[in-house]
Amino acid sequence: MTGNSTNMILAVEAHGLVKTFGAFRAVDGIDIAVPTGAIYGILGPNGAGKTTLLRTLLGIIDPDEGHRSLLGQDAPLRMAAQVGYLPEERGLYPSMKAYDAIAFMGALRGLPLKTGRERARALMTTHGLADAIDKPVRQLSKGMAQTVQLLGTIVHGPRLIVLDEPFSGLDAFNQGRLEALIREQARSGVTILFSTHVIAHAERLCERVAIVAGGRIRFEGTVAAARDRLRPQVRLRTRAIDGGWRRALPQDAVAEGGAWHFGLPALGIEPLLRALLDGHAGIESLSIERPGLHDAFVAIVGEAAARQMDGEDAR
Amino acid sequence: MSEIMRAAYVIARRDFSAVVFSKTFFFFLLGPLFPILIGMAFGGLGEKISTTDLRPIVGIALPAADAARIERTHAILTERMGPQALPRLRRVATDETPAALLARTDSGVAAILSGSIDRPRLTGKAADIDRLEGDVSLLVSATNATESLRMIPVERHEVATSRGAQAQAQMLLGRVAQVVIFFLTLILAGMVLSNLVEEKTNKIIEILAAAVPIDAIFLGKLLAMLAMSFVGILFWGGSALAIFLATRDPATIIATPAVGWTAFIALGVAYFTMAYTLLGSLFLGIGAQAATVREVQTLNMPVTMAQMLIFFFASYAVDHQGSAADVAAMIFPWSSPFAMIAHAAYDDAIWPHLLALLWQAIFVAVIIRVGVLLFRRHVLKSGGAGWRGLFRRRSAWGA
Repeated sequence: MTGNSTNMILAVEAHGLVKTFGAFRAVDGIDIAVPTGAIYGILGPNGAGKTTLLRTLLGIIDPDEGHRSLLGQDAPLRMAAQVGYLPEERGLYPSMKAYDAIAFMGALRGLPLKTGRERARALMTTHGLADAIDKPVRQLSKGMAQTVQLLGTIVHGPRLIVLDEPFSGLDAFNQGRLEALIREQARSGVTILFSTHVIAHAERLCERVAIVAGGRIRFEGTVAAARDRLRPQVRLRTRAIDGGWRRALPQDAVAEGGAWHFGLPALGIEPLLRALLDGHAGIESLSIERPGLHDAFVAIVGEAAARQMDGEDAR
Repeated sequence: MSEIMRAAYVIARRDFSAVVFSKTFFFFLLGPLFPILIGMAFGGLGEKISTTDLRPIVGIALPAADAARIERTHAILTERMGPQALPRLRRVATDETPAALLARTDSGVAAILSGSIDRPRLTGKAADIDRLEGDVSLLVSATNATESLRMIPVERHEVATSRGAQAQAQMLLGRVAQVVIFFLTLILAGMVLSNLVEEKTNKIIEILAAAVPIDAIFLGKLLAMLAMSFVGILFWGGSALAIFLATRDPATIIATPAVGWTAFIALGVAYFTMAYTLLGSLFLGIGAQAATVREVQTLNMPVTMAQMLIFFFASYAVDHQGSAADVAAMIFPWSSPFAMIAHAAYDDAIWPHLLALLWQAIFVAVIIRVGVLLFRRHVLKSGGAGWRGLFRRRSAWGA
């Protein structure tokens, strides 16, 4: 899995990570390699083990087995000053003023409080929260509070930002702003590692993704590689209902809504086109759609679930 | 270690500001003054209730001349022995039998003295006779003796020093210091119990745990509460000193502690710090396991009882200097600060205090480590080193 990454400088690396809670293996032998400067997505359904994986990588909890390293350091918390982390369960002190909350999060990671306060004011102004600078956190809307926490994650200028389900709870407008902020950070050379179960964000943002299910990585690679795992889908509409040309349709062809749907044949579309033309099928429309990451995700997670049902993963 | 101290300072500064600059801190400061003000306002009344009104009354059913003699003796003895030393006397009718008088609902007396000074008879329930017999016998005997004995004045011979009296005064001073430290820890250390609940309920603990060592979180919280306590102590101490100076009787002489006032006050501060951090770190460790405020509230009572036990143990040790209990109280970490401050009052050696402070500091570190270990295991659900890792830094921070 990490074969094509071995020559890269890795921001996050782990081998054989295992974390169990009682009899439940939340992380079950995970290998991961996040290249420096990448936007890397960890995708998975609810309960797949994404949060436990991130917490283990960050050093919040220790693994039962395996090895991890963060920014080249085997003891992850030693790099805390160079890491920003937005946990899945958002938390701020309600009585703190917004700018102070940001500065406090920076101070935890070694940023002097005075500098933190100055940066917090600037960041809040830049990100449209100028009116909320002196407001206590308890007076902020959920979206504003989430933005404040996100700014607290970046205020100290980290080299690696880890975001656990960063888009959850945000409206479409704020999701867009968050995506812009992630891109902006990545452009300045910061490595972004985030988890999500909303695939559209990963598809737009990530260069590489890992799809996790049942505590294991089921796919790791580029978004394009994930999409390439599925055959492109062909949609064909003809004027003729029947004829010899139908024998040329692949076996998986299904008639639905007045059109035929099937995966792109291994030999390509040309032999089928020839058969359709020779058989006077009367092509009304023909489209070839490349599967999205969402389709790949559903297929990969589905396969994983099927394997688990079959007991393939049983020890 | 420097990272732990840096992070602990960040946490402590946040907690200290959050508490001290809150509106409720004003009431926290005023809280302990309420009992003092109420005590001053109602002190006289309370004293009367406790020392006079609750003394049993003995009815006097003696001939008038005998009754007058015994009342005179009662007045003399009360003047010498204090108002609470003897039962009160009240003349009752002599035309009824004592048994009949006692049977009346309006009699108001516990027992009745009848007969004569030479042949007194006390009537009452067995339990009342048991408790009053000695006092009544003393009164009657003294009444007879004042007529046959004369008072001999004592010649006064004054000396500058009296080791025995000084030792007693120093022991009293030690006991007072013990009580002061105990009450301060009782009202202040308990607050640490609920200290991590805010972080847990507001989900901030995840942010803290990802950024700083858990040891720093515990230490920071402890330091913040300690600093807040010192603000309170300065305020209360200043108020108490002002009241003392304003109401002080110039004749009152306070014993000088064996180690001298400067060292005694310094040791008092050090032992309060240790008593606070020893109990506070324990409470923090226990409180950190609690998931809700309700659980913390449930823990409050047993925790207070445990504190009382420790205090009683240390108090007992003061009365038994040099005994096994005294040594045990000095060694047992939680009673050690109380036992040692008493020692500072009557023993001038300084080195045992340095040793004791070091011993107590080691225990604070051990308790914090155990608390952190339990927190990581049960709250963060992190496995890892187990008890063997008690003194080893967690792997996430490196060996």
